[in-house]
Amino acid sequence: MNPDLAFLVEVIVGGLLSGVMYTLVAIGFVLIYKTSGVLNFAQGAMVLFAALTFVSLVERGLPFPAAVAATLAVMVVVGLAVERAVLRPLVNQPPITLFMATLGVAYVIEGAAQLAWGTQVHGLDLGIDDTPLEFGGVLVSLFDLFAATVAGLMVALLTLFFRYTRTGLAFRAVADDPLAALNVGLRLPRIWSAVWIAAGIVALVAGLLWGARLGVQFSLSLVVLKALPVLVLGGFDSIAGAIVAGLIVGAAEKLAEVYLGPFVGGGIEGWIAYVAALALLLIRPSGLFGQRSVERA
Amino acid sequence: MTTAIALSAKPRNLSGPVGVAVLLATAFGLVPLVGSDYLFEAILTPFLALALAGLGLNLLTGYAGLLSLGSAAFMAVGAYAAFNLSLRVPGLPLPVSILGAGLVAAAAGLVAGLPALRLRGFYLAVSTLAAQFFVAWALNRIGWLSNDSPSGVINAPRLVVAGLSFEDARGRYLFSLTVVALLTVAAWRLVRSPTGRNLVAIRDQEIAARIVGVKVARTKLLAFALSSFVVGIAGVLWAFAYLRTVEPAGFNLDRSFQILFIVIIGGLGTLRGAFLGAGFIVVLPLALSRLGAVLPGDGFDSGTLEMVQRIVLGALIVAVLIREPAGLAALLDRAGRRLRLPA
Amino acid sequence: MPRKTPIRALLAGAALLALGVSASADEQYFPLQSYRVGPYAAGGTGFFGGFIDYLNLVNSRDGGVNGVKLTWSEGETQYEVERGVEVYERLKSRPGIAAWNPLSVGIAYAMIDRITADKVPLITINHGRTDSTDGRVFPYVFPLLLNPYSETSGIVEYLATREGGLDKLKGKTIAVLYHGSPYGKETIPIYELLAKRYGFKIEQIEVPHPGNEQQSQWLTIRRLRPDYVVLRGWGVMNPVALKTAQKTGFPADRIVGNVWSNSEEDVIPAGEAAKGYVAVTTQASGAQYPVIQEIIGSVYDKGAGNLADRKRIGSVYHNLGVLNGILNVEAVRIAQARFGHRTLTGDEVRWGFEHLRLDEARVAALGAKGLFHSINVTCANHEGEGRVTFQQWDGAKWTVVSDWIKPDWASLRPIIEASAATYAKERGLTPRDCAAEEQADARAGQRASAEAK
Repeated sequence: MNPDLAFLVEVIVGGLLSGVMYTLVAIGFVLIYKTSGVLNFAQGAMVLFAALTFVSLVERGLPFPAAVAATLAVMVVVGLAVERAVLRPLVNQPPITLFMATLGVAYVIEGAAQLAWGTQVHGLDLGIDDTPLEFGGVLVSLFDLFAATVAGLMVALLTLFFRYTRTGLAFRAVADDPLAALNVGLRLPRIWSAVWIAAGIVALVAGLLWGARLGVQFSLSLVVLKALPVLVLGGFDSIAGAIVAGLIVGAAEKLAEVYLGPFVGGGIEGWIAYVAALALLLIRPSGLFGQRSVERA
Repeated sequence: MTTAIALSAKPRNLSGPVGVAVLLATAFGLVPLVGSDYLFEAILTPFLALALAGLGLNLLTGYAGLLSLGSAAFMAVGAYAAFNLSLRVPGLPLPVSILGAGLVAAAAGLVAGLPALRLRGFYLAVSTLAAQFFVAWALNRIGWLSNDSPSGVINAPRLVVAGLSFEDARGRYLFSLTVVALLTVAAWRLVRSPTGRNLVAIRDQEIAARIVGVKVARTKLLAFALSSFVVGIAGVLWAFAYLRTVEPAGFNLDRSFQILFIVIIGGLGTLRGAFLGAGFIVVLPLALSRLGAVLPGDGFDSGTLEMVQRIVLGALIVAVLIREPAGLAALLDRAGRRLRLPA
Repeated sequence: MPRKTPIRALLAGAALLALGVSASADEQYFPLQSYRVGPYAAGGTGFFGGFIDYLNLVNSRDGGVNGVKLTWSEGETQYEVERGVEVYERLKSRPGIAAWNPLSVGIAYAMIDRITADKVPLITINHGRTDSTDGRVFPYVFPLLLNPYSETSGIVEYLATREGGLDKLKGKTIAVLYHGSPYGKETIPIYELLAKRYGFKIEQIEVPHPGNEQQSQWLTIRRLRPDYVVLRGWGVMNPVALKTAQKTGFPADRIVGNVWSNSEEDVIPAGEAAKGYVAVTTQASGAQYPVIQEIIGSVYDKGAGNLADRKRIGSVYHNLGVLNGILNVEAVRIAQARFGHRTLTGDEVRWGFEHLRLDEARVAALGAKGLFHSINVTCANHEGEGRVTFQQWDGAKWTVVSDWIKPDWASLRPIIEASAATYAKERGLTPRDCAAEEQADARAGQRASAEAK
């Protein structure tokens, strides 16, 4: 293959695979937003907490599956506690109050995570070799492929769950119209609990995959910043949107950084995703997955 | 600390001219006489700067109902604009360069506010992050803005107005206080003007507002501009009066969240809320860390202590929101009413 | 009560101006703006842990410095500038402050005006404002051992030794991957300058903060095929860089990290990908040095150690903390020799730092042979010609792989002086006359010894 073309393909493939990682984090937001209208900023703290708990358990000699199970249990407890202690008392408050409350929750979780497990940084080895594979002059990372597969599986499972189970149906009913859902006898608190647990599980998966890339440390909670433009573009309430938008954002920011970056001095990845997402929204007002009105509320 | 709280109640009593006079007299007359350097430098000056930033954001979020996560970026624009104005226009009086900085910030806010014409709620909030990250990048990237300082950090010019120096701790406090008092009065007049009522109208009922003839798009952009003007000047105070040095990292996303906290904890759509919220956010962590230093013995290292404080701070924020979602201002109102009842 | 000496009387006026009153008992106080929580807690606990460990050692082994006990207290900053300022304002009125050691560029910058007005030294070991090396303009700021410019020069000198001489750098390509912040950008012109001088090609690539995603940067590097990559990183950017390098097939032993990319915290998260990675340092890591052994014996074995995890003794940040302790304590000792064995004022300790000369023999006597090379601070040169060495990560620990390398200070000095002069002009300062001060010092010293007779 022509080296320039190979390079272009490499950039795009790398971008798409990174995009999958963004989607992984974004889905945690979507789950909660969809059912309770909260932009849960504590999602990043939950990712950190899950990864830190897992790594600390493994370092204390727990075998891998046991550590996963234990962490899962902890995340379930965290999810339930947040729902019970924070969201339920704040029901019917304006979204911005709820948003701020999740920021408060983020403080608590970050503090608790470091109090329980210390502030040291940890390596996290999932046993997947990160040596590059070469396909016709194009390097692809094995680990990235693995991460993409896991993310894909999780999305598939969530989709099936929403489509074919009773609880999933109830989720969608709540998302469409909470009052109507309440009318037909759905128990909102139970659904919210379920959704927070699901978000906790997503946080664990994201924490493990991102943790293996970054190491498990405080900065892990910053991965949410990569997920936010994905949310704007894909819609806060659409899992499908999160996937497609993740791919677009991933590829777009890599292409921009590599090909546009040199003209403006580089380092534009931090904001280009937001601008790209905005531009797309402004040009195509219905958004990516918008049957909704132009002005998203 | 008591002065901080007393001060924060200032706009609350604007209805009673006596109350205002007493507060202003305390803030301008009594506090400078009795306060210590620590009180001025570590508590009151940052409190004033953050309260002003909260006031600015409240115009946007509290009154016009537009959510922004980019306040720190506008603070940065204000600080760097003031720095460049006083550096590049020799002999420019400080008040003029501060005013100019506010205008530059307002212009930046206008541009950042454009998505508001299409987006609302969290979509708008997240889109303001574009401004947040772009400004940080631009300040870092364009060396001219920091006078090509090799480390990208700027040194604040001296605080001298008409030959009067405000260089010591007390002077910085008085300087900030004057700026904040003037802008608070301006904001107070603004929210009671037709423009202010338009802001509230588009927050409460956008369609109805349009029907009665409010120019919604114009009003939204105006809200962004006005808010950024105030926030930009808060940035000048933060950089010039408080830290005296600025690097772009000082105006990061955490600062934006902090300002949003101030507005929401203090009370959306009230001017005094910004002061109450700023008091809460500035004083509470300090109080907690002081308390923490006194309480336990040697068993705790300072790291453990700090983490406990972080947890307590988070929990307190949640608690305030649960107890009083309308913010400290509403809490104060209720307390006030209860006190007045028996009388 | 402190012993009365003629010099003391001579300096009483200045001392009063500087600090008001000296401490009641003979104590020298170190206010610590530490950070043990937040994103950079790992570095903070190591550095301040090592610093406190050394102060503890001096107290328990020698009963302080010539009988003057060392004291300290901590204020948490979380690495945030305004918290650092708050701690400064809270602790600055304590008696007998020796020096401030924030280990944070942001906090250090915010303190420059304040400590200059209060006449107390500000130590920014291995970091800080490059032009504060010029002590004539920044009398109270000490970027000890290494500033960003000398670090750059040191790295290039090291790469030259790997290639077999500076002339062999010609035609080579070096990529610099820097953190998207003022800190990261600071050395851009120096790399350009050195590239021009030695004829190598330089490509500087920015990684936006926080740097948790570097696919595009490393693909660019892959296309560039450089001979070396210099990592000017910060926090999470470092392990991600190493991981991404592995992913894109760039060998770790051709990546050289700068002084903020050189700790265990930077490599452990990268796991296997960090094996072979080399980084610059001013202090070798490891616990084999006598001073570290003494700390283990008389501090940790008595249960007074500051690190929660004994395994971290001898780590990069811990050793930097110990070294910082050595430099602070020696500055106090040197100043005491001049002003008397008592609590010193900040300004007197400043004098001590400006005469902080530790040659290799003295370093060995302090039990730090091999830990660091030497230092030679003067009135005009507040950096003190620190030498650097390079360590390679083998997956479990750092091993030294180079000699002590001398950065090319002479050719950096004019740039530093020009920058300091700009600052002086901006602020309307008149630079000190160092020669005159030294003469006055010498005269005062003679008079003192004459009177003592």
